[in-house]
Amino acid sequence: MTSYPDWWKLLFGRFTLESIPYHEPILIGTFAVVALGGLALVALITRYKLWGYLWHDWFTSVDHKKIGIMYMILGVVMLLRGFADALMMRGQQAIAFAGNEGYLPPHHYDQIFTAHGVIMIFFVAMPFVTGLMNYVVPLQIGARDVAFPFLNNFSFWMTVGGAVLIMASLFIGEFAKVGWLAYPPLSGAAYSPGVGMDYYLWGLQIAGIGTTLSGVNLIATIVKMRAPGMDMMKMPVFTWTSLCTNVLIVATFPILAATLALLTLDRYVGTNFFTNDLGGNPMMYVNLIWIWGHPEVYILILPIFGVYSEVASTFCGKRLFGYASMVYATVVITILSYLVWLHHFFTMGSGASVNSFFGITTMIISIPTGAKIFNWLFTMYRGRIRFELPMMWLLAFMLTFVIGGMTGVMLAVPPADFVLHNSLFLIAHFHNVIIGGVVFGVFAGIAYWFPKAFGFKLDRFWGVLSFWFWVIGFYVAFMPLYILGLMGVTRRLSRFEDPSLQIWFVIAAIGAVLIALGIACFLIQIGVSILRREQLRDTTGDPWDGRTLEWATSSPPPAYNFAFTPIVHDLDAWADMKKRGYQRPLTGFRPIHMPKNTGAGVIIAGLATICGFALIWYIWWLAALSFIGVLAAVIIHTFNYDRDFHIPADEVVQAEDARTQLLGRA
Amino acid sequence: MDLENGGSRNREVSTLLRIFRAIAVLPLFALLGGCQWVLLAPSGDVALQQRNLLLASTALMLLIIIPVMALTIFFAWRYRASARAAYDPDWNHSLPLEVVIWSVPLLIIIVIGAMTWMGTHLLDPYRPLNRIAAGKPIVEARAGSSGIRKQPLVIQVVALDWKWLFLYPAQGVASLNEVVAPVDQPIEFRITSSAVMNSLFIPALAGQIYAMPGMQTKLNAVINHPGEFEGFSANYSGAGFSDMRFRFRGVDDAAFGEWVQGAIRNGSTLGREEYLVLERPSEREAVRYFRDVPSDLFTAVLNMCVDRAKMCTRDMMAMDAKGGGGKEGIHTVAALEYDKSVRRGGQPLPPRPFVMAICTPTDVYGAAGVTARAVN
Repeated sequence: MTSYPDWWKLLFGRFTLESIPYHEPILIGTFAVVALGGLALVALITRYKLWGYLWHDWFTSVDHKKIGIMYMILGVVMLLRGFADALMMRGQQAIAFAGNEGYLPPHHYDQIFTAHGVIMIFFVAMPFVTGLMNYVVPLQIGARDVAFPFLNNFSFWMTVGGAVLIMASLFIGEFAKVGWLAYPPLSGAAYSPGVGMDYYLWGLQIAGIGTTLSGVNLIATIVKMRAPGMDMMKMPVFTWTSLCTNVLIVATFPILAATLALLTLDRYVGTNFFTNDLGGNPMMYVNLIWIWGHPEVYILILPIFGVYSEVASTFCGKRLFGYASMVYATVVITILSYLVWLHHFFTMGSGASVNSFFGITTMIISIPTGAKIFNWLFTMYRGRIRFELPMMWLLAFMLTFVIGGMTGVMLAVPPADFVLHNSLFLIAHFHNVIIGGVVFGVFAGIAYWFPKAFGFKLDRFWGVLSFWFWVIGFYVAFMPLYILGLMGVTRRLSRFEDPSLQIWFVIAAIGAVLIALGIACFLIQIGVSILRREQLRDTTGDPWDGRTLEWATSSPPPAYNFAFTPIVHDLDAWADMKKRGYQRPLTGFRPIHMPKNTGAGVIIAGLATICGFALIWYIWWLAALSFIGVLAAVIIHTFNYDRDFHIPADEVVQAEDARTQLLGRA
Repeated sequence: MDLENGGSRNREVSTLLRIFRAIAVLPLFALLGGCQWVLLAPSGDVALQQRNLLLASTALMLLIIIPVMALTIFFAWRYRASARAAYDPDWNHSLPLEVVIWSVPLLIIIVIGAMTWMGTHLLDPYRPLNRIAAGKPIVEARAGSSGIRKQPLVIQVVALDWKWLFLYPAQGVASLNEVVAPVDQPIEFRITSSAVMNSLFIPALAGQIYAMPGMQTKLNAVINHPGEFEGFSANYSGAGFSDMRFRFRGVDDAAFGEWVQGAIRNGSTLGREEYLVLERPSEREAVRYFRDVPSDLFTAVLNMCVDRAKMCTRDMMAMDAKGGGGKEGIHTVAALEYDKSVRRGGQPLPPRPFVMAICTPTDVYGAAGVTARAVN
């Protein structure tokens, strides 16, 4: 390694020219593709003079609908990255047998499985879930925006900032090689001295701030901004599950922030919270990270349970069976999710009584979850089921998720966990519940609410194709992992000795390819739908004969959502309004008070991301400068009193008249 | 829209419940088919009991899973829009059904929960075994009883980067990446790690338990069939993790004696100096044997003081329990640092400054303070 002069270290910290991974052909190839794609995108945007449009109408927008859509786009982009990692892992494990080293050395392979987990949880599942909540919740409760519109924009850009740092690690330096939860002492300064762990810490810390704030925002929105008449037990189930999820976010993400901060102190200033030396205790980290980590899986799945509930009642054409028990089940799961974290490490030597306690609390969660499954089941009973895409996803979910639930209870029995812990059986289990639960639900949600967001339905052919590729691909990819787990194969291995295992890994790799086709079909579906938008156009605003308030307004909804705040009398407010022969008001429109767009969110989050990057590379001057910049921007923004405006009554009249005409034609 | 009266609805519900019961009595034993799957056909009594618990809880859950899956498909087909089946858009509550959907899972969980409580205590890895196999209990030697308690064979395990060291304190030998035990002999593993977390797992023998630096975990187990079994680390521990495998051999008493003698004859010595060399990261180490293993080596590893310049953690804890070393103790800090960055081929950690005094009203600049530097 060449030595660098002091001025270089002062200017660039520990960044050196060797930090760029020239020697990794895979990375250079990826970089070339990303760079060319990025340049083409920039050229196109410039060519069509879209920068102003993007900046004014999207990046600086405080409209919850646009922010929700941007979250979904972030989720899709990061899904491509996270899934590329998955394909590489499956490829490596399918060929690395009996002396064959595969094509990924441990140095690279270990980064990939770490990145896959981090990206899929924090930058795919979380943006998808937050995006759906952001888009749908204010519409469902009859509100015009979230409680803190600027905060919403800022939260989104902080999430993007975290994602940018994780992506930067691909081409500048390296990523962590520690597994997605980064257990010390392996993740400590002594055993992971490089920048990879620091990318992990600062990326998650910055994104975590965004997530926490968006949780605060949505709680305030749901608690304070519901339409008149919508008391708690008249809230749509999706809003209920969103409320519970955001309570979980606000209660647990600070724990994650504190845990990562302690590990950061260990790495940066030489404290000894989690080291082996000087009385540090790595097990403390394991406890803390799972006190966040277990509620996190419920943060992901609860809103998705809400999506399924909306889909079930809409496409079965009847009220949800057991609304009250659905709500109670959600609340019970919210509370219980705090009492189970130790089941992630039964094998770390806790006593039998402690293990039994946490095992049994874990099993108890399956009772309300089971009740939910039954509620969807009996919603179908005596329904009139339309097999549109969201309904197909619901059925695939119900059949798949119960298997994941069963293997989950198996893992919750501590003596059984002693043989299954960290095995591929565990990997199969959590992909079973995350893909079979969260991902299927996200696709159901996208297919369900896409016509609301854009005014046209998604193309059915490509959607059905994507559905079957995903569902079959899931089973082909993960059933072999259950089997391998029962054969005693553990996770995170990059090479194997026993050649008899290879066939199962090859099958799993084929499954991953099928899922890749499913993702491709999904992207094609979006493209085809945009091209065929006129044929797929929905002018009614209510293409599925929906039951909740978001279907009461136009598609896409106007910036102000509702010209008049609806008044709610019953559960499934829109179905109730339709039944009672609701007439849309055609006159009497008044100016509408709305929040104004601001660039402060982009600027503050951008500075925070630069600060994170500087801290990762020990570029202290830049870290200090950008941190001061963050403070200054925050302070300056507080003096911005020009934050709201009125949409003039004329504009409202115009928009509503246009809708009246459309409705007349439909 | 054909709204029917409540009577036929109730009939249909009760038909449903009957279908429910009928399907529920079909337990699935499909899993038993795969006998080459080590977790389902283990060779040690502990793993066998763990498997039994796994199968029992699976069977119990299938009682509810299979009816749910069948009903899901049935309802989806029966109430598809084109079928024009009975349609009741306002039916959304049924007390009997709600009672069933909460209480049936509850009952199943009560049964599995009871099994869990008992199983977790009986199969607690810390608990000395009370049987060699089904029908072969270990009985305490007592006046008038013929049973003899077999003393467990103690094997101390150290997870190193990236290999396994097994110490036999009673025999004075040690082995690398191979562990041998007599058949039907209770074994007590005492487990620690030198640097990062690993997990000791021999699927054919018993469930896994973590190996953690500065901490000791225990595993009691017994092997009932002779043979060679695979063991490995089940927790990712860095670059060499994939090859962190070892052999576990169950042999008869005579063969075990021979194995020990072989280690004494052919093994190299393993003192503290040799351990510190062995501890350095390496991958794919061949099986090796050691003799003349000092009886306190494992305790020293556990307390992170194989290097005599380091203070043992138990001494540090004893000092802390008495109030700690105070400011003067800062000078011993070098003796407390164990993370072996340099020995692992990493960069030396930067010297650490320690602030010993902060400014006080009488000493505004903290001039009385000394900044001590400790070098790793």
